Amino acid sequence: MERFTLSLPSTPCARADAAAALCGVVSSGNLEILVDRGSMADRCDIEVNTSAHGFRDTWEAVLADAVARHAAGGLALAINDAGATPAVVSLRLDQALEALEDRA
Amino acid sequence: MSRLHRHSWFEADARARIAGLVDAGSFRELCGPHERLTSPHLAVLDLPVAFDDGVVVGEATLDGRPVLVGAQQGEFNGGAVGEIHGAKLRGLFERARRTRPAAVLLAIDSGGVRLHEANAGLIAISELMRALLAARAEGIPVYGLIGGSCGAFGGMGIVARLCDALVMSEEGRLGLSGPEVIETVKGVDEFDSKDRALVWRVTGGKLRRSLGDAALLVDDDVAAFRDAARTLLARPVPARDLAALAADQQALTQRAARHADARDGLDIWRALGLPDPAVIPMLDAADFNRLLAPLSPTEAA
Repeated sequence: MERFTLSLPSTPCARADAAAALCGVVSSGNLEILVDRGSMADRCDIEVNTSAHGFRDTWEAVLADAVARHAAGGLALAINDAGATPAVVSLRLDQALEALEDRA
Repeated sequence: MSRLHRHSWFEADARARIAGLVDAGSFRELCGPHERLTSPHLAVLDLPVAFDDGVVVGEATLDGRPVLVGAQQGEFNGGAVGEIHGAKLRGLFERARRTRPAAVLLAIDSGGVRLHEANAGLIAISELMRALLAARAEGIPVYGLIGGSCGAFGGMGIVARLCDALVMSEEGRLGLSGPEVIETVKGVDEFDSKDRALVWRVTGGKLRRSLGDAALLVDDDVAAFRDAARTLLARPVPARDLAALAADQQALTQRAARHADARDGLDIWRALGLPDPAVIPMLDAADFNRLLAPLSPTEAA
């Protein structure tokens, strides 16, 4: 497993204080994203655990895109990944973050 | 029911199954993913973990009556039972003895013990069986629901048959050794695991219902599973005493003798006197249940 953490700037999420969600299932080519309250209102804390080694640059690009698309400030995302492609990761991030925006 | 309006149980994940099974908004998860009770064994092996260790447990209501619910996540390691996964299910049955719900509903989707966890997984599943039987012994009914891609095999096949009654879809499968295991051990002449139609005729919900292993056969639809669970919940709690167990044992012995030469579900349907066995796999649940009704298969539990 490769593990790393990031803290990326993002627009504050209105529902950050009540954030608690789980999206996706850990299976081959898939991943789960756990959403919790983060530490800073204008940053998104992200913890990645992936079975695919050597793709940190790709992860950082996909995650930066996602937190630019959504208001993810004040959230903490924890990811368990079993080799999902960037497109699948991006889709799951959209699902997880849109779920919070819908309830805003 | 129109196929357009179905919400497939087979395709749904564990949380979606629970959401469709119980009263809307009534589910409260216990030991949920935010507690991060992940497998220490998978971590040691440097394999991906899941925040819920592949099983969702909690309490809810069904028709306003309190129930405890567990649902396995078939997509995570084949729904296999590891130490944490098993402990969550065991805890659910121990909770049932304290809170005395109307029933425990168990959505099984598992190949059995998680082999990565070796003895810890084996112990976990045996503790689960013990806890399930202890809850039943105190009069709390346990109903199993089988309709996921992994079916109910290995230790979870045994757990399924420890339940008071089972609801299955044809897509759901029930057995002890899975088809691949039988083929590996006994050879392809014994059982061809690549022959999907054969696998489903032998292990699928329709044969299990025909033999009385399953109490209800439903279409692959979340609402149909919910209706079946409501049907079981409305029944009186099944009485289990020594005489009933002895009668079950006798029925199973006779069944094994009667079908000893059967090589296929088709042989058993023919022996049961069903008019056109070859069409049975094509029937929807309502037509199949109508066909089966005159036979009224015993629900041995």
